[in-house]
Amino acid sequence: MDLVYTEAEEEFRGRLREWLAAVLPGLPPKPSPDDWPARRAHDTSWQRMLYDAGYAGLHWPVDAGGRGATPTQHLIFLEETEKAGAPYVGANFVGLLHAGPTIAAEGTAEQRARWLPPVLRGDEIWCQGFSEPEAGSDLAALRTRAVRDGDDYVVSGQKIWTSHAEVADWCELLVRTDPGAPKHRGISWLAMPMDAPGITVRPLRTLAGSTEFAEVFLDEVRVPVRNRVGAENDGWRVTMVTLSFERGTAFVGEVVACRRTLAAVAAEARRNGRWDDAVLRRRLGRLNAEFRALWRLTQGNVGESERTGGVPGIGGSVFKLRYSGLRQELYEAAAEALGAGGAFDLDREWALDRLSSLSYTIAAGTSQIQRNIVAERILGLPKGR
Amino acid sequence: MDLQLSDDQRALRSGMRDLLGAVFDRDRLRAAVERGGGVDRGLWRELGAAGLFALRLPEEAGGVGLGLPEAVLLFEEAGRALLPGPLVATHLAAGLVKGAAEGEAVVTAAEGGDRPVADLVGADAVLVAGGAGVVAGEELKALVAGARPVRSMDPLTPLHRVEARRRAEGAFAPLHRVEEHPAGAGPGEAYPGALRHAGALLTAAEQLGSAARTTEMAVQHAGAREQFGSLIGSFQAVKHLCADMLTRTEPARSALYAAALTGDPVEIAAAKLLADEAAVRNARDCLQIHGGMGFTWEADVHLHLKRAWLRAARWLTAAEAEELLAADLGPVQPLYSGSAAGGGRAGEAEGAG
Repeated sequence: MDLVYTEAEEEFRGRLREWLAAVLPGLPPKPSPDDWPARRAHDTSWQRMLYDAGYAGLHWPVDAGGRGATPTQHLIFLEETEKAGAPYVGANFVGLLHAGPTIAAEGTAEQRARWLPPVLRGDEIWCQGFSEPEAGSDLAALRTRAVRDGDDYVVSGQKIWTSHAEVADWCELLVRTDPGAPKHRGISWLAMPMDAPGITVRPLRTLAGSTEFAEVFLDEVRVPVRNRVGAENDGWRVTMVTLSFERGTAFVGEVVACRRTLAAVAAEARRNGRWDDAVLRRRLGRLNAEFRALWRLTQGNVGESERTGGVPGIGGSVFKLRYSGLRQELYEAAAEALGAGGAFDLDREWALDRLSSLSYTIAAGTSQIQRNIVAERILGLPKGR
Repeated sequence: MDLQLSDDQRALRSGMRDLLGAVFDRDRLRAAVERGGGVDRGLWRELGAAGLFALRLPEEAGGVGLGLPEAVLLFEEAGRALLPGPLVATHLAAGLVKGAAEGEAVVTAAEGGDRPVADLVGADAVLVAGGAGVVAGEELKALVAGARPVRSMDPLTPLHRVEARRRAEGAFAPLHRVEEHPAGAGPGEAYPGALRHAGALLTAAEQLGSAARTTEMAVQHAGAREQFGSLIGSFQAVKHLCADMLTRTEPARSALYAAALTGDPVEIAAAKLLADEAAVRNARDCLQIHGGMGFTWEADVHLHLKRAWLRAARWLTAAEAEELLAADLGPVQPLYSGSAAGGGRAGEAEGAG
């Protein structure tokens, strides 16, 4: 048990810091959250810079175009980029964090060659076609159907909560290929080109006022059979691989960001005099303990995944459950620190973050689903209702 | 960087679990409850022989020469087993008080304020906060004579109130100066500084052990007890209580192990705060899951809860820890303005569907 990084790891950290210090001051400011084409351009050009500097797909296997870095190096990368205030993975996150790793793990050589390099270079971005209006947390209840017709699947149905659908090139799509099978079987995982005829994207407005996600209507969309990742009707297993990535490392950088925000909230409270309120001060102190613990938990999980060969374990559910609630508490405390004069002003830092934090206990598996996972798969309690 | 336990650490922990299973099983626990707590000298010597108290003393001083991470693992086991007595204070006194390292002497601590002193009667010495010293011999007798027994909520921990008036009259002086002790550095640093931090950390370890144990007890019960024709563990309402227990325990464990490695007072405060909360709230949830049975004297749940409440008031309270952690939130470094701008992360929840 130690917290010591190896010489090679510290060297990696040092080079990364130098690079970030050199490139970040020259970056253009982040575009408005509502200007999707500008956001896409901003995020993909940052991805291209990472690619050119050798930091793209750091933790991906070398034969998938990645750098084959250890989980610890990946952790250092996420820690340092976030500490330096580098742009977030943004519009590219489904490709880099979910679809890419899934294709790297489950795809054929041909599929890897086709889809992985453009994701790493920032040339193509992906969205996620998992959730449906009638399914939601019961992901396997999806109804979108794909019927085989020669070398194509003909896909009809509807997806919802599809982030970045407006500007995505590809969609990781779950479809029902055998309607007669039990609901967890009969599902397949397809890569669907977003410019195929029959796709209608209708942006949805979130409670934060932004058009962050969309409904996607699929009307007899033809997707080539060769775009299927994994065997036909084996999509649920492939999906579990995707979700383990989603819950594994997706939030590492965010914990660092939350610690930074917490310090900024304390600084604001000191500046505006609210620091003298012992209730608020102690609340911030408690959040300091919580986010420190989450960071240590992250380090522990990374150490464990290094042992088990890089695939994140189900311990990610413990993390996700705790983190999503604490993120909301953080922005509640931020609103209190701002006071009534600032908490309701959407131009103020944290007001919008407070709103968007509400999605965290719903997205990527609701807190209730995560509790079931923890209770059944970690604690071994019986399945039930 | 590897926060996993080493093979040696695993062996140390399972050795302690085996020892406690042999010398302090449930029958002995309940016998101790019936006795009203107090220190069992025979047990104390066995713990001493196993190295619990001498663990962090250097080998040349007759100790085991291990560090805080190993001590934390042993105290976690002590917390699981509800082992009674002033374990932390005696451990801290190893090298300061003759016989403490071997388990021949029982040493407790007076932390000051209005906190009662545990296991005062029968102790051979008292570590005194604020005075940077140890009370023993005639001074201890005078201290005990002036102390008032408290009807202790925890049946395993006798408590005494030491009167402020006597303290003012100098009952704690003359002190055997801690600094004069041959153990010197290591655990012999000035109390209440380093010793207070170590005391908080080891108490947090006991809390963590208790939190993990009550989670197990809850899961066992939920997997065995039937109601409405089903195991209660199949009900989401019960499942979610159990999940929350684990979700409190694991971050606390991460904070604790990291604090043991760094010895940093802020990390120790985080560990104590979260471990206290995990121990208390898990015991309460465990009691809830046990239903009416949980409210009886026969169930062990109340013993965990009462001890957890007591430990939460020891060494570093929630209020003290929160203030320390708040003070740690210093100024922020200037950052790349692009992503630090307002709403930079708005709506980018990892929630595509």
